[in-house]
Amino acid sequence: MSNRVLMKGNEAIAEAAVKAGCRHYFGYPITPQTEIAHYLAKRMKDVDGVFLQAESEVAAINMVYGAAGAGARVLTSSSSPGISLKQEGFSYIAGAEIPSVVVNVMRCGPGLGGILPAQGDYFQCVKGGGHGDYKNLVLAASGVQELFSLTMEAFDLADKYRILVVILADGTIGQMMEPVIIPEDTDMKIFDKPWAASGKKGGNVHHTIKSIYIDPVVLEGLNNRLQSKYREIEANEVRVETSALEDAEIVITAFGTCARIAKNVIKEAAREGIKVGLIRPITLWPFPVEIISETARKDSVKAFLDIELNAGQMVEDVRLAVNGKKEVLFHGRTGGMIPSQEEILDIVRRIAGGGF
Amino acid sequence: MEKVFKITKGLTGVPMHYCPGCTHGIVHRLVAEVLEEMDVIESAIGVSSVGCTYNNYDYFACDMLQAAHGRAPAVATGVKRVHPGSLVFTYQGDGDLAAIGTAEIVHAAARGERITTIFVNNAIYGMTSGQMAPTTLIGQVTTTTPFGRDAAIHGYPIRMSEMLSTLDGAAFIQRVSMHDVRNVREAKKAITKAFRLQSEGAGFTMVEILSTCPTNWGIDPVGSLEWIKEMMIPQYPLGVYKDVTAGGDK
Repeated sequence: MSNRVLMKGNEAIAEAAVKAGCRHYFGYPITPQTEIAHYLAKRMKDVDGVFLQAESEVAAINMVYGAAGAGARVLTSSSSPGISLKQEGFSYIAGAEIPSVVVNVMRCGPGLGGILPAQGDYFQCVKGGGHGDYKNLVLAASGVQELFSLTMEAFDLADKYRILVVILADGTIGQMMEPVIIPEDTDMKIFDKPWAASGKKGGNVHHTIKSIYIDPVVLEGLNNRLQSKYREIEANEVRVETSALEDAEIVITAFGTCARIAKNVIKEAAREGIKVGLIRPITLWPFPVEIISETARKDSVKAFLDIELNAGQMVEDVRLAVNGKKEVLFHGRTGGMIPSQEEILDIVRRIAGGGF
Repeated sequence: MEKVFKITKGLTGVPMHYCPGCTHGIVHRLVAEVLEEMDVIESAIGVSSVGCTYNNYDYFACDMLQAAHGRAPAVATGVKRVHPGSLVFTYQGDGDLAAIGTAEIVHAAARGERITTIFVNNAIYGMTSGQMAPTTLIGQVTTTTPFGRDAAIHGYPIRMSEMLSTLDGAAFIQRVSMHDVRNVREAKKAITKAFRLQSEGAGFTMVEILSTCPTNWGIDPVGSLEWIKEMMIPQYPLGVYKDVTAGGDK
């Protein structure tokens, strides 16, 4: 059984969290993700859950640390400036290995910037942002239905690996409305959390949730364990969408909104006889290195074109994966500007004609 | 022979690392004894903070979470909202609670969060080696006020109990001291009352405990107890600042 409804991306995230069994939300208002809070302020009442408006993003992420460390499925959401404030908590959550889900509906920066869509937090969420060696598992949807299913999946991934999962959406994806099929019944996995500080509900064992280890041997041991967990995630959890790669001469790499635009560009270019393909990372970390690297080795491929709503962030990972085998070109817009289909098509034409 | 005194089951028995003459150990024992007397060691959840007591998760026998600097009330809020039936407490020092964690403690109190904060005020940063705290007295020499705290440069010490007691969400706030036996006993009564009111759902509760730091004060242990009495209490008067049951069974 399922139900088809028209929803904003932000609402889809909120409903998906409830469907995934999340009953605790802590957040602080910020545009353009506020619908998540509006939706959950009502919805949590229906399901006997907790909606708490925190005094700051710093407090909210620490409430997540407490609630998830005590064994619950927990969500917080924010947008770029608020995500900067949460970075302290990200690092502690990584060190304490607390399964958490954080939504970042990105707006344009730097600083207070503006409220229009951007993808300028790729570095922050994918590469770190907090202190120390850690990784977040980062999921990027390019449509509302996908946002719904990735949000549900985020809770399973968080629990499975005891890791912080970031749903990284640009403002467009959060604000746009599309039909969503909401499953009536979900095959929600239940994860045992014998490690949680739950008031010894996991048995008469003294549980401690912490990220501090004064003994360097022990702390290096924790780091080694984290790194091997990250290698396991890299091996098992890469998600990527490709299209028209078979005979592509130009390969666009893009996520979120840019990938949607790219799909139209591919169709238009085909009409003009230019063969363009797309690689759309769904997991920004783990990054789909292998498919990019394989594609770069193909003789048919002349160049890569990376499109982002920033000044060039994911393009660094694309270049590492291409590893000098082909030229990687970049086109980005910032400040809340979004490239038009014609703008990208024009670049594609110039690449095809050897003039970029 | 009858055993008239024993170590409480609320403590794990791990030897504590505190300096000679530091009163954190006494505060730990009081909290742990109350946990045992209320029979909640098996269900209570504590939150350690950042400072000398960062690792008291090794000392308390209940489940514990270690929080980032100042964030213990937010962490405890998350814990309590998941386990409303558990007794949840934070253990914080003055730097943690009254400087970097000011927003978190004020809002936990304002929400009437059903948690108890054990606030140990020794007027100095202990673990980072004796810097000025928000509670450092005027004239007090610290490593960052080598010429004494000067109000014109460093501002004034904060009285947290008085400040938080103005909030409607605060159900019980008392300031006690570790400087003599009578006051230690009074402190235990205050902790018992705070925990009991929390379990009755009364709201936010806090016990501020004036405590020593002989190492960073540069005063011997006995002199430190005297220093609390002579120097700290005039700035931080003892007493009950908030009690929603006042006129009732206090």
